[in-house]
Amino acid sequence: MHIAVCIKQILDPEISPRAFKIDPVRKAADPGTASLVIGPFDLNALEVAIQLKERHGGQVTALTLGSDKAKEALRRALAMGADQAVLIDETQVSAKEPSVTARVLAAAIRKLDPVDLVLTGRQSGEWDFGQVGALLAEELGMPFVPFVPRLDVAGNGLRLEREADGGVVVVEAPRPCVASVTNANDNVPRLPKVKDIMMANRKPITVYGPGELGLGAAEVGDEANRLEVLDLFIPEVKSECEFIEGEDGAEKGANLARKLVERKVI
Amino acid sequence: MNIVVIGWGGDGHAPSAAVRELLGGARRLAQQSGGQVIGAALGGAAKAATGMIEYGADRVLIVDHPALAELDAEAYAAAAHVVCDQAGDALVLVPGDRLGWEVAPRLAHRLAAGLVTDCLAVDWEGGRFVMTKPVYGGKAMAKLAARTATQVALVRARAMEPLEPQTGRAGDVEALNVNLSPGRVKLLERKQEETQGQVRLEDAPVVVSGGRGLGGPEPFRMLEEIAQLVGGAVGASLAAVDAGWISPQHQVGQTGKSVAPDLYIAVGISGASQHVAGMSNSKTIVAINKDPEAPIFRVAHIGVVGDYKEVLPAFVAELRKIKGA
Ligand SMILES: Cc1cc2nc3c(=O)[nH]c(=O)nc-3n(C[C@H](O)[C@H](O)[C@H](O)COP(=O)(O)OP(=O)(O)OC[C@H]3O[C@@H](n4cnc5c(N)ncnc54)[C@H](O)[C@@H]3O)c2cc1C
Ligand SMILES: Nc1ncnc2c1ncn2[C@@H]1O[C@H](COP(=O)(O)O)[C@@H](O)[C@H]1O
Repeated sequence: MHIAVCIKQILDPEISPRAFKIDPVRKAADPGTASLVIGPFDLNALEVAIQLKERHGGQVTALTLGSDKAKEALRRALAMGADQAVLIDETQVSAKEPSVTARVLAAAIRKLDPVDLVLTGRQSGEWDFGQVGALLAEELGMPFVPFVPRLDVAGNGLRLEREADGGVVVVEAPRPCVASVTNANDNVPRLPKVKDIMMANRKPITVYGPGELGLGAAEVGDEANRLEVLDLFIPEVKSECEFIEGEDGAEKGANLARKLVERKVI
Repeated sequence: MNIVVIGWGGDGHAPSAAVRELLGGARRLAQQSGGQVIGAALGGAAKAATGMIEYGADRVLIVDHPALAELDAEAYAAAAHVVCDQAGDALVLVPGDRLGWEVAPRLAHRLAAGLVTDCLAVDWEGGRFVMTKPVYGGKAMAKLAARTATQVALVRARAMEPLEPQTGRAGDVEALNVNLSPGRVKLLERKQEETQGQVRLEDAPVVVSGGRGLGGPEPFRMLEEIAQLVGGAVGASLAAVDAGWISPQHQVGQTGKSVAPDLYIAVGISGASQHVAGMSNSKTIVAINKDPEAPIFRVAHIGVVGDYKEVLPAFVAELRKIKGA
């Protein structure tokens, strides 16, 4: 089994709304002091891949399209248990929307040893386009299964659960295929041990530029982007919270019940 | 420019709620942008072709084929592609359900079109369509436009308003003869969600949700008790689900369920934008949190600052008294 996992380094999505600022010129979030992390669903995808490897053997390759800083994300993936890491240097790539991202990642995946499975997160956790998985399937000519909490090998193919409206659907897909991963209680990302982090720091990271992937300006330049960001703004929220009074928690709790009756909510 | 509304699902003559909304939105946009509203009645929606005209389409193209019997995204993308080819340059509106998230990118790829997912609004501004979507977990909104002539928008449920149907409204209905092959992903089994005799989270008039602040699985029993008392359902934050305290089907939020009950009670939930995205349309929001600065109080109507361990038992006791239970 060779599993490729696409991970994106994003601004920590947990920063509080109060600390969140926008750079109006770049039309992007102002990183401020927030740290960069791997997208939460990408971590779930890594966990799924590593568990699959632990059960059936094989190798896991983590890929990212990003800046030199994104090497940190790859090191984290290596520490979790990925075997190889590939950085596609974004310096000469203008990936402002998913069609360019998917084209670049597909080209990089074609350069790897043949893959059995490509995993992505269901959405990146920042711009949340939720497109790259499906677009990769189109680019690579592979079947696609979205919203996957868990999967396993079944014969020559794979058996995947996918979330559907009103329940879960179990499907079978041939290998190779692409799946986008969603969170589940059995794919919570593991925390790497110090020893694994040290090991990961010594592992090599393969770096490709668009040229090495056979991509030119027509494919990855500014003009290749199919979307344009016109505006980015923080919507206003007006708070209208009425706080329940009380000497202590218990009194507040009882008062809350009375308040709900008074407001005819219950 | 023409506007294509991709339609699936629904039973019988009337298009599904999602399709009715998109037709209403398309009609209003077409009044400003010019062009026709073209409905694509795919699979089971074929029966609703005249219904689509009544809800605002000028013309409906039907593609029905055995490959569309199951919600097979590859087949649906191929069918939608055929209709879009007939429509010429167009804005294509796709329902924002699970199938839509799968079909829209595949369709956009085949049309070499720009795609904006999760649209809360599509407007005609300065001679182009402008799509608004939440980003950074709802902390910000982005307005985007496509640079391609044909463009696709995946529209969130309830973002657009349906029109009153006009019985007998005139419009062409044409069935296209298309050869589709079934997709490569095979359906093995459909597991309906187990609700253990309780109301479905999405339908519940009251939702009582717990977060990381509960500290473990046991306190969820107390939430269940409250839910039972008021005929509600139990929800949770992603953090509580990740901790394994409650199963993912209870997750409320951007990547969980969207709920809009009469009463939403958030216990030990900080109110991260991604959580709020799934419950902010609730009529009355109550937050119980020990941190007076927690962002949940920005969306709550009624707030209790305190430790849930003290607040909840007294709340339940008083509730029992009131309910005579
Ligand atoms: C792309 C993306 C999608 C996401 N989707 C979702 C989603 O669908 N749903 C979702 O919920 N989250 C989602 N998240 C996660 C979200 O960002 C937050 O991490 C999560 O909602 C936090 O859960 P929480 O409020 O339970 O935990 P915390 O943020 O840790 O908050 C716990 C709260 O409990 C309070 N507390 C602690 N002890 C007590 C006590 N004894 N009594 C009373 N209060 C107490 C604390 O003051 C704190 O406010 C998503 C994140 C990303 C990046
Ligand atoms: N720059 C990137 N590098 C690697 N993977 C990415 C990148 N952007 C997106 N992805 C993957 O595609 C998924 C969906 O991204 P998106 O369509 O942007 O929401 C993410 O969860 C990642 O797994």
